[in-house]
Amino acid sequence: MEPASRKTITVDVNGEQYEREVDARRLLIHFLRDDLDLTGSHIGCDTGNCGACSVLIDGTLVKSCMMLAVQADGTKIESVEGLAADGELNALQQAFSDHHALQCGYCTPGMLMSATALLRQNKSPSEDEIRKGIQGNICRCTGYVNIVEAIKAAAL
Amino acid sequence: MLLREVEYARPASVEEALRLLGENDGARALAGGQTLINVMKARAASPDVLVDLADIGELRGIELGADGMLELGAMTTYTDIIDSAEARARPILGEVCNQIADVQVRNRGTIGGNVCSNDPTNHLPPLLVAIGATMTIAGRDGERTVPAEEFFLGVYMTAAGPGELLTKISVPPGRRDGFASVPIGKDGTCIVNVAASLDDGAVRLAIGCVDAVPVLLKPESTEDGAVRGAVAGANLDPPWDVHASADYRRHLAEVLALRAVAQAAGRK
Repeated sequence: MEPASRKTITVDVNGEQYEREVDARRLLIHFLRDDLDLTGSHIGCDTGNCGACSVLIDGTLVKSCMMLAVQADGTKIESVEGLAADGELNALQQAFSDHHALQCGYCTPGMLMSATALLRQNKSPSEDEIRKGIQGNICRCTGYVNIVEAIKAAAL
Repeated sequence: MLLREVEYARPASVEEALRLLGENDGARALAGGQTLINVMKARAASPDVLVDLADIGELRGIELGADGMLELGAMTTYTDIIDSAEARARPILGEVCNQIADVQVRNRGTIGGNVCSNDPTNHLPPLLVAIGATMTIAGRDGERTVPAEEFFLGVYMTAAGPGELLTKISVPPGRRDGFASVPIGKDGTCIVNVAASLDDGAVRLAIGCVDAVPVLLKPESTEDGAVRGAVAGANLDPPWDVHASADYRRHLAEVLALRAVAQAAGRK
């Protein structure tokens, strides 16, 4: 395949197939938000520090601002929009609500995806493991305590 | 942030990647992208063509040879190394990879990307120098090997030149290694880091963040005096910035050298 500045990609996002032509320079987060109108994943810092753009690619947690859309061609993407089934919060989302694990909510989509990845790998993580699991996600409101509590509760 | 326009290709073999890198002057290999994508946002790098190595299976994976030699493909991620039973043959590798940034970065960042970007604050350049790793570099004229201590040439510069590709990192057997750092926040960017290895009968220390490339020292013994003397004798001239003065970095180099040697010596 010769280098090209535009490419047609196919992705599965939360169970739906999308085919789009994108610029090679387009970041995955912009593709999700602007091309697919899936604005649940947030852009916080755009430098790979804050984790608000975290999504799962083929089950692996990544920051979608540090990946090009063309790199995701052929993959299965899970974003925060896929967590609630039939409009009902899933157990993890409900735990965030119950434990007051969000204030402004900006970091929440990324936190939920990091916690989702953690709980799939580790059904009952210790507090240290939870903190290590969300290390790539910055929250400026909560002080993390209630986020850790919520993840602990969802793990039970 | 909008990147500058760039062309993209995803070859399926090392041969094809080398052809693409050789034919395009402004081409850069794209590994995990956890450094490159960000420096492209900042325009600190502006490649014309990205050659994505993600589909090249031969660049990924960890093998433990009968002779105890570990062979790590350049596209092996930090998470692959942390989770690998084979990589535990040299435990320090997974331990240090587990201190790099966060889950997301460890899932995509690669051992090859870490060393080829050769940011002086990276973890793996001093570690691979201390443990005596060997780098395999492929070019259009074939393969060559370079010891890690000769691989790092300057800030962001390595022996893998234009049109070449780091394909493999070979790590000899050994266990008595140590790594100590003072990072900015837990698992953050290192202010100073030191790797130590006692396995080949001698003491090898590699100090990171104090010069453009890791500083390799060979103290005569693991005694505190010998380690302090070796660091003092190196006449380090580290940079200063908002995180640390040059004097403080010199101080940390000595303290962390002692800690890294103690960790290595304490391992059976």
